Amino acid sequence: MEKTVYMDNNATTVLHPQVLEAMLPFLTEHYGNASSRFYKIGRNAEQALYHARESVARQLGVQTNEIYFTGSGCEADNWAIKGVMSANTLKGKHMITSSIEHHAVLETCGYLEKQGCSVTYLPVDEYGRVPPADVEAAIRDDTVLISIMLANNEIGTIEPVREIAAIARKHGVLMHTDAVQAIGHMRVNAKELGVDLLSLSAHKFHGPKGVGALYIRNGVRIDNLIHGGGQERGKRAATENIAGIVGLARALELANTDLEQKTANMARLRDRLIAGVAERIPYTRLNGPRAERLCNNANFSFQYIEGESVLMMMDMKGVAASSGSACASGSLDPSHVLLAIGLPHEIAHGSLRLSLSEETTEEEVDYVLEVLPPIVARLRAMSPLYETVEKERR
Amino acid sequence: MYSEKVMDHFANPRNVGEIEDANAIGEVGNARCGDIMKIYMDIKDDIIQDVKFKTFGCGAAIATSSMATEMVKGKTVEEALQLTNKAVMEALGGLPPEKIHCSVLAEEAIRAAIVDYKKRRGEPCEELSCTSHCKDCQKHN
Repeated sequence: MEKTVYMDNNATTVLHPQVLEAMLPFLTEHYGNASSRFYKIGRNAEQALYHARESVARQLGVQTNEIYFTGSGCEADNWAIKGVMSANTLKGKHMITSSIEHHAVLETCGYLEKQGCSVTYLPVDEYGRVPPADVEAAIRDDTVLISIMLANNEIGTIEPVREIAAIARKHGVLMHTDAVQAIGHMRVNAKELGVDLLSLSAHKFHGPKGVGALYIRNGVRIDNLIHGGGQERGKRAATENIAGIVGLARALELANTDLEQKTANMARLRDRLIAGVAERIPYTRLNGPRAERLCNNANFSFQYIEGESVLMMMDMKGVAASSGSACASGSLDPSHVLLAIGLPHEIAHGSLRLSLSEETTEEEVDYVLEVLPPIVARLRAMSPLYETVEKERR
Repeated sequence: MYSEKVMDHFANPRNVGEIEDANAIGEVGNARCGDIMKIYMDIKDDIIQDVKFKTFGCGAAIATSSMATEMVKGKTVEEALQLTNKAVMEALGGLPPEKIHCSVLAEEAIRAAIVDYKKRRGEPCEELSCTSHCKDCQKHN
């Protein structure tokens, strides 16, 4: 039987069986609308919603009424940025972010620029790190918000959010962090981080797709993104996705259980991958930092070949992964993150991202290390760029 | 995403390699764009006796180069010049819209090899030249 190894957990994760179990009653007999508190099944839904909110707040180290449920991490990012910028125009119209944020943040910023806001996109160093001093230097009198992700989804860089949040606070500027990739891969406590807003997305930590959350510190002035009925304390209308929300809360509880042990194990396997690739495949570089890196992420560039072909051959061997090449993303340019860390286009095109989960085994990692080198060798043998290298060696 | 034929030509590409004393070599594309195709031909009596390719690029790039070489092998130079990207795409059972440019590159690569052949023999061929700067070109849609 053909083996399947899923190495794309930064894209999405498998639903945890206990999460499914927690969700099912709310997809079947407990179908009540949480706003319908005048009858039993409505009250059941309301209760479930409250417990979920309380649980998420506890996990993040914040108060229950500071957690708001959304339809996705993308929505949480959109809301945080658009909502804060629009509610604080008296202070100003400037915000600061980084050049390696997820598209959910960057596209939102681009939209705000069209609306008359001004946005500073801070460059990053060769490891994708945002220097806190650069953030401080970019702050102006009219700066309302800083948005810097906690961990990067492509190259795994962990950003100095705590330091940056302290700088933001010192200058009276609000701080948002996109923690979508960080949850489940490191301890995330919004209070300790000192941020005012924090986004997360259930399907990145073995929860269901279609539900996320935004932490909004009490006192932050923020406009609605979605208007309508009074759900989420009047701040985010829509009949609550109770099943999804219950799933998110359960998934977060599970993700944070034995977190240190799980992240240590993932890091060990990630390092095994990194060492194995370095050993077996020449003309390779690791993208992103060696330390201060998401425990489950490895991103490589293989010179002289292109990423989509690698993915297709990996798929033929049953391995699922992703790439930052232009072809793989359907655009003309390779990943903006890889370009932001200074990779030339052709090196960015030859990238491969492997991201494991707490379920990944050593056997699976070794299988990847077994199938990847011949794939790279085969594609290099077909490449006109490798031809010259080979000739020079002879 | 890709047809069965494309997957076949990707997984089992035909005519991969170089020709030692090729009398026609064409190379198009650039690493910055993520696509380079190099075609080697051995042409005798105006017939393409042998043809080989090397490609740096995605699944569609490899499949279209493979198919293009299959389609010109054994043909005359003039017949090979008639090869269009549409013919390559059709032979492959179609390509997703964002990959059509790969078939264009394959057509240009074949053409570039023939231009090289003609240049080496001092034959006129200016009108065949392609700059391989796809944005400048109005020829293909």
